[in-house]
Formats: sequence, C-alpha cells, structure tokens
Amino acid sequence: MVEWTDFERATIQDIFSKIDYDTVGPATLARCLVVYPWCQRYFGNFGNLYNAAAIKSNPMVAKHGTTILHGLDRAVKNMDDIKSTYAQLSELHSEKLHVDPDNFKLLTDCLTVVVAGQMGKDFTGEVQAAFQKFLAVVVSALGRQYH
Amino acid sequence: MLTVYPQTKTYFSHWSDLSIGSGPVKAHGKKVMGGVADAVASIDDLTGGLQAKSELHAFKLRVDPANFKTLSHCINVVIANMFPKDFTPEAHVSFDKFLACVSLALSDKYR
Repeated sequence: MVEWTDFERATIQDIFSKIDYDTVGPATLARCLVVYPWCQRYFGNFGNLYNAAAIKSNPMVAKHGTTILHGLDRAVKNMDDIKSTYAQLSELHSEKLHVDPDNFKLLTDCLTVVVAGQMGKDFTGEVQAAFQKFLAVVVSALGRQYH
Repeated sequence: MLTVYPQTKTYFSHWSDLSIGSGPVKAHGKKVMGGVADAVASIDDLTGGLQAKSELHAFKLRVDPANFKTLSHCINVVIANMFPKDFTPEAHVSFDKFLACVSLALSDKYR
C-alpha cells in the first residue's frame, strides 16, 4: 500500500481542485502528441494530426484530453487504493486499446509540464515531488493488468 | 531533481546541504546549465563539442546516463514554470529533442 504524507494528500487535492480540466486536459494530450509524435499511433481516427497547429485545434484531441484528465479523478478520490480503482481501466488499455505502458509516463510528464506552467511559484520542488509520486502510482496501477 | 528524484542525491553525498536553494545546489545548478548553454554553440556537432564533458562524466563522475533523462525532464518543468507563455508544445518538442541529443552526446564516451 502506498503511504501518503499529509502534505502529499493536501497537495494532490489542492492541485486538482484548482486546475481547469477543460484547459489542462486538452493542452496535455495535445502537448504529448506534439512532443512525442509516436503516441499518435493510438489516434488514427482522430483526423488531422499533421502538425502542431492541427493537433492543438483538433476537437477530438481536446475532448479526449478532458476525458483522460477526468479519469484521474478516481485516483484523486481513492488515493488509498489506486491499484484496484484502476484494475478495469488497466485491462481496457491492455486488452482493447493496446497502449504501450511506457506512453503513460510520457503523458504524465506532459501533464507535469502543463501544471508547472499554470501554477507559477506555487509549483515548488516539494509540490512537484508529491504530484509526480501520485502520477507514478497511477501509471503503475494502469500497467498492472498487462500480461 | 534532488527533491523529486531522491536517488540522484547519491551523487552529492559530499555536500553539506542538499536542500532547495542551498549554496552548493545553486552553484552546481548554475554550472550544469552553463554546460547545457555551451552545448548550444556546438549544436551541429554535439558529440565533438561535448567530448571532454562526456569523458568527465564517464570516467571521473561515473554518472549513470539514465539520470540525464531525469535532469532533462526537470529542466523542461522549470522552464515551463518560468516561461509559461513561451514554452509552447512546439518549443517544448524542440527543446526536449535538443536535450535528448545532448544526453546522447554526453553518454558517448561511456563504452
């Protein structure tokens, strides 16, 4: 079981209560598809992803980005059992979506960069550590059902 | 980096203070970023330009090259934090590509 300090719990709740899901979600997924273009392999039916401008204005990317970010809500609400919270989603990503789990880390790295850009001086090293620890647990839980 | 990835502290056990903002951390951070800035001048031949630094990291400092990626990520995060409007996805991919090439050039002399 993952141990969370009071600071870590408070930090995670604080960040997710402050961010605008409809901005951060789309920005994160779009950034991931621009910075790590091989991730586009999973979005063949999303239409125009030919360049950064197209990706950033693609409505399917925006919608899916928001969906993904809301997916993190479950972990935020169940920090003490993220592993079982994501058991079904893990199976989905493995059996149905066939996503290479290394991509989860790429997406969470982009999320960290986007949140860092939004939070200014509130995004201290300690806050980043708590945020990345949380995301690492999520990534691990999402990769668990792969075989 | 030292806060988010505590395993990186193992390379600095000889410092008295590893906290954010401490003297040794600030001085060394400046030195490292200076090195990255120097690499910009050698952007068309990073392997050549970074040869001496690669030998230093390989033979003297013995830094596991996996840490270059870790540091690169932290540089991205700090730049995004300091320049949120300028660090667009396009700028991010260019910068990340550059840091990846620097990391590769820095690993060149390892084996």
